[in-house]
Amino acid sequence: MFAYIVRRVLYAVPILIGVNLITFALFFVVNTPDDMARMQLGARRVTPEAVEKWKEERGYNLPLLWNDKAQGLQKATQTIFFQKSVRLFVLDFGYSEDKRDIATEIRTRMWPSLSLAIPVFLVGLAVCISFALLMAFFRATYLDVWGVVACVAMMSISTLFYIIGGQFIASKLWHLVPISGYAGGLDAARFLILPVLIGIVSGIGASSRWYRTLFLEEINRDYVRTARAKGLAESVVMFRHVLRNALIPILTGVVVVIPLLFLGSLLSESFFGIPGLGSYTIDAIAAQDFAVVRSMVFIGSVLYIVGLILTDISYTAVDPRIRLS
Amino acid sequence: MPVFSTGSFVWIVLATDLLVWLLVAIVAGYTLYCRRHPHLAAPWARVFRSPPGMASLVVLVAYVGIGLLDSAHLRLALPGKEGSATAYSTEVLSVLDLGLSGLRGRGEKTYSAPLATRSYAKELMELPGGKQVRDFARLRYGGAHLKDEGEWGADVAGRVLKGLCFSLVAFLLCFVLVKLLGKAKPQIPWNSALGALGVLLLLAGPAFALSSGYHVLGTDKVGQDVFYSALKSIRTSLVIGTITTLVLLPVGVALGIMAGYFRGWVDDVIQYVYTTLNSIPGVLLIAASVLMLQVVIERHPEWFSLAAQRSDFRLLVLCAILGLTSWTGLARLLRGETLKLSQLEYIQAAHAFGVRDTRVLSRHILPNVSHIVIIAVVMDFSGFVLAEAVLSYVGVGVDPSTNSFGVMINAARLEMSREPIVWWTLATAFTFMFALVLAANLFADAVRDGFDPRVRMQVAT
Repeated sequence: MFAYIVRRVLYAVPILIGVNLITFALFFVVNTPDDMARMQLGARRVTPEAVEKWKEERGYNLPLLWNDKAQGLQKATQTIFFQKSVRLFVLDFGYSEDKRDIATEIRTRMWPSLSLAIPVFLVGLAVCISFALLMAFFRATYLDVWGVVACVAMMSISTLFYIIGGQFIASKLWHLVPISGYAGGLDAARFLILPVLIGIVSGIGASSRWYRTLFLEEINRDYVRTARAKGLAESVVMFRHVLRNALIPILTGVVVVIPLLFLGSLLSESFFGIPGLGSYTIDAIAAQDFAVVRSMVFIGSVLYIVGLILTDISYTAVDPRIRLS
Repeated sequence: MPVFSTGSFVWIVLATDLLVWLLVAIVAGYTLYCRRHPHLAAPWARVFRSPPGMASLVVLVAYVGIGLLDSAHLRLALPGKEGSATAYSTEVLSVLDLGLSGLRGRGEKTYSAPLATRSYAKELMELPGGKQVRDFARLRYGGAHLKDEGEWGADVAGRVLKGLCFSLVAFLLCFVLVKLLGKAKPQIPWNSALGALGVLLLLAGPAFALSSGYHVLGTDKVGQDVFYSALKSIRTSLVIGTITTLVLLPVGVALGIMAGYFRGWVDDVIQYVYTTLNSIPGVLLIAASVLMLQVVIERHPEWFSLAAQRSDFRLLVLCAILGLTSWTGLARLLRGETLKLSQLEYIQAAHAFGVRDTRVLSRHILPNVSHIVIIAVVMDFSGFVLAEAVLSYVGVGVDPSTNSFGVMINAARLEMSREPIVWWTLATAFTFMFALVLAANLFADAVRDGFDPRVRMQVAT
């Protein structure tokens, strides 16, 4: 098990290097620092001096991959690739366009993100599993049929409508909660309850339908028939046999997203004005702040790989037949 | 850029038009091919036997019809002097625009509510005597034919009735046609198809009848008819949903099958590529690529002689980026299936006979994974349509000048927070998008049930 995890972590290194190369190519080769400078400074007051100054302030005046002018090892380190991309590996993110330290910004912004994403994830999972179990229990009745119809209909609505509609009804019509904003401490609940609810509701359609299929697949197995033949009550069969076995694919499917919760939800955060990492990213995209976008891409891929490793470990935790080697 | 001149106008073929018509040709060719091969026609016959499948197909056909009319572009000739070379307008129109010329040209000043005759906000008006008052002004076009606004109710009712009559006639025509011709194929649920058609006609008839005199769904901030915007947005959605598939299909199929068939280092490399691509959060990768391409487009204004070509290129690029970042799921599915298939006896036998790899791949592997490809194509469609809206909101979607549901929703966000609120843009975008995505989802389900051998086995037992 330990050896397996070490191997997986080592395997992650080439992937991260690949991610780094892709982002480097996207951000510096396709789009040279001169282009970025012109874009940031605006088209009108661009002089070659201003571009040079902009590049020097941000350390973009170095060569891309290889510095001929430098000495010894510095030929490789005094380059944009080393300074901006390789440094991400030691979590040195540099500074954003408004000269703030990105690492500090991430540390303060991760808490609002997590306080929105964790309730959505946990409560959402519980709601979807219960709903799917209900449909599976009453399979082939009207409840099941209309449940599936509702799921398909809910899947067909864009998240944007849930957010705009929810905000309009709860905040503008009924004045239940503030439209947007955020406060520290326990006061945050007032601002979080609506985005959490919307996050849960918008996820019900797709997840419940998928879980229902998993349950129904399990219900047709032989061991379930045996359990019924032994004379167990249908509820015992559902909870003790079907639910526990169907949890294996469900858990392994959701474990991969757990680390990504950290990144927050892009849409909800920016609509509700929650100062988390999701709105940070959206603002950076809108302001074309490449340093921030680059850092978020890197963090996102690290978290994804962590999620993959956690998935493998969770297989062994829920299914004793699987041994990692 | 190909241009075909016929005197009073020139045909313009935009890049996405070309791909759309190519896609139509591919689908037509595939249909003919299926008809001649019973084993390919059988799963499709199962799809057409499902009532929700047929009903959603009717809705999809209606959407596709509007999209195709909107995919034939032309430039009208400007009235010029005799003898001089004809000059053409820089505005690129589509056949749909010509059909809806009543809707397109009749812009108001700004917001107006659905079926309104007066503006939504008070504005400064000059009375004949020179005095100025603030009041709700009469609209330039909406209800302008009414001399007395008291006739409004009767006029609207009359138009709705006229529209309903048209719908009824059209429906009866289809009904008789289906009853006569449908007898040949009694296993197809004609009634559910007719039901969907009936609902569509019921909505479309009055809407078009009213649109000649009013703005059925109101106007937006710049006074454009919202009904017209919604109809124009259909093409964008369809292009995103289909062209993206056209991009991801060759990549996903080729890499997935190769990884599963050749194994060894080929498999390692392909797996490495898709794990790397997968590990970058989707929206961020797309956002980064689109931002970069925006710079490229801005640097080369000489590539595009018309504004329409520029926004069209951006739409195409968005499809390409979406496609190149989302082939990984299909490749992984196909890799697994190919791994399983290449262990089977008939593949081993082909190897033993010395059949070349390319032939084994094209004759034995590809036909046997085609059901996965078809299911993936129809399942992905609705996802791409929804993704477009989100990307346009983030600011990395289609060009703001392109009509799209994402752009409409983005505008609606501000409209919902103004006082009094403007609700009709959001409601229209919601209805049109919901109908499209719901139909696509239902059709995808029918296709999956028809093609997936596992589902078929469950039904049989």
